[in-house]
Amino acid sequence: MSLAKVTQVKGLALAVPGDDIDTDRIIPARFLRCVTFDGLGEHAFRDERTGPDGKERAHPMNSPQAARIAAAKQGVMVVGFNFGCGSSREHAPQSIWRFGFTALVGGSFAEIFFGNSTTLGVPCVTLSKDDLAECDAFVRAHPDVEVTVDVQNLLVTAGAKSWKASIAASARDGLVNGKWDPIADLLDGATAVDQTAGTLAYVVGK
Amino acid sequence: MAKTLFQKVWEAHTVRQLPNGQTQLFIGTHLIHEVTSPQAFGMLRDLGLKVKYPQRTFATVDHIVPTNELKEPYSDPIAQEMIEALRKNTKDFGIRFFDTNTGTQGIVHMVGPEQGITQPGTTIACGDSHTATHGAFGAIAFGIGTTQVRDVLATQTLALSPLKVRRIEVNGQLSPGVYAKDVILHIIRVLGVNGGIGYAYEYAGSTFDNFSLEERMTVCNMSIEGGARCGYVNPDQKTFDYIKGKPYAPKAADWDAAVARWQSFASDAGCQYDDVVKFNAAEIRPTVTWGITPGQAVFIDEKMPALETLNAADRATAEDAYKHMKLAPNTAIKGTKVDVCFLGSCTNGRISDLREVAKYLKGRKVSASVKAIVVPGSQLTAIQAVHEGLDKIYIEAGFEWRGAGCSMCLAMNPDKLVGDQLCASSSNRNFKGRQGSQTGRTVLMSPLMVAAAAITGQVTDAREVFKV
Repeated sequence: MSLAKVTQVKGLALAVPGDDIDTDRIIPARFLRCVTFDGLGEHAFRDERTGPDGKERAHPMNSPQAARIAAAKQGVMVVGFNFGCGSSREHAPQSIWRFGFTALVGGSFAEIFFGNSTTLGVPCVTLSKDDLAECDAFVRAHPDVEVTVDVQNLLVTAGAKSWKASIAASARDGLVNGKWDPIADLLDGATAVDQTAGTLAYVVGK
Repeated sequence: MAKTLFQKVWEAHTVRQLPNGQTQLFIGTHLIHEVTSPQAFGMLRDLGLKVKYPQRTFATVDHIVPTNELKEPYSDPIAQEMIEALRKNTKDFGIRFFDTNTGTQGIVHMVGPEQGITQPGTTIACGDSHTATHGAFGAIAFGIGTTQVRDVLATQTLALSPLKVRRIEVNGQLSPGVYAKDVILHIIRVLGVNGGIGYAYEYAGSTFDNFSLEERMTVCNMSIEGGARCGYVNPDQKTFDYIKGKPYAPKAADWDAAVARWQSFASDAGCQYDDVVKFNAAEIRPTVTWGITPGQAVFIDEKMPALETLNAADRATAEDAYKHMKLAPNTAIKGTKVDVCFLGSCTNGRISDLREVAKYLKGRKVSASVKAIVVPGSQLTAIQAVHEGLDKIYIEAGFEWRGAGCSMCLAMNPDKLVGDQLCASSSNRNFKGRQGSQTGRTVLMSPLMVAAAAITGQVTDAREVFKV
């Protein structure tokens, strides 16, 4: 399986503020009542974007900037700390990705969300608290300036600004080498897998 | 060298190192349900792959099952479609399915232990973040995404990086009316909802030694709410006694060897931890959440925090929480009016939970202003409860007695809050909209506190209501 090398992602950016944004908020459970991921993009942050009265709320995902990113099918979401906590639902990064975001920049990411995003080829890089605040302020003030998430060189740049980014070494390795979906490597190990299985009493039926 | 259980299990299941530096880790037991598996089977078909070890994957349905309908087809066609999809997938690939008509269906994290599938020293994965529950048996159990469900189906392995281990020691005796749920809510309150990122939590100390397996499950279940992808308790005699005789437990000839093997996985005396945190059980009181993350919690007799007393970093979330919850800082949560009471979920829907509440519920009545439902987490639990006459106690008190499933924990089924109803809930998440209404409000607490709320119509102290 040949995958694109995700060395850098460039696009317009949208700040979606708040810490501890959980996956129920990213994609409410009623949208998990499905057997495919098709169509999830339009429901990303649905209940944050639409009030109980059915009317649109003031939310970054309802902004013209979000619409531009959706149209371009590429863009960067700038988020807070512990983004994607809660449920393991892959529907959450699927909805963000299908909406049009191809990279996330934040303070920290919940682990399952991070893994699910990486497996889609969507890098989630972190900045220091101060840098994140600066980046967040910059993208709000300069909606027309494209942001580059450089996974290869661990930098987030926008205009003349540049911030040092971090990502787990294994995720970076997978992304830049076009091996962010591990299935090919895992399948390659089939013989070794059988050997390990043979050493585990509960697997061999004892 | 002295090692932790985590290290031993990790080493025993390591297949090899992957080119990106991660470990290809063997997953001995794979649990699946209807919500996060259909896309994985779709990917498998698209790639033309088979299930590598079909006998090591076990399926059930829980999230979308209506708890008030016994007959299929369900009135919800999507629920029916999702169940049918799992029936087809498990049939096509030769996977054991604990289906609705078997008397063994239930929340996936209850089915594993009930069947004796959950065992010490094993690796377990499931497309559900509450998979950490199985750590109560000394297993390393991970919640995974759907693409990873595909990985486990196709290869019986995952690409993972090892975690650090934080030992969380709780010592001493809990006061009457204080439960395992209060212990984990307190731990999360202190360590934070993101305190566990990068860690496995090893729960230990005399409080855990004294806990039943079901109490240990309640704590391990909510590890993820503290940011820890897995949590575990070292296996002991109680663990072995719990497993013995269960359908998938090792049989007579293999039993002693299995116990010896299981014992060998327990953390060694003198092993190194990346962090150690200690709690005194006697200081923990009944705990309730007031906000929109499980870490926003207070003891029932405390006031909710004033904004200025919070760390600057927590203030924005707290303000948002107070607004959503329609609660005021620096006031008591005790006395807050409750509309719905939910007793159930993979956190607190087990037989010991139902028994403990029933002990106090006899002769009491649910407040006329409250809708109260009790949802046994599994069919086996429901059957046992009915056998003991517990259902009658609940029904006489005014609870609705339901069939097994996830129910109102996440509202993927008809059990949902309406409008801004406030729910006293024994479940695990109080996120905005979690219980099915965008403006719905959730207050997490122990099962007995839920019962006290049901009777008084308020968030209240169960110790006073029931003279515990």
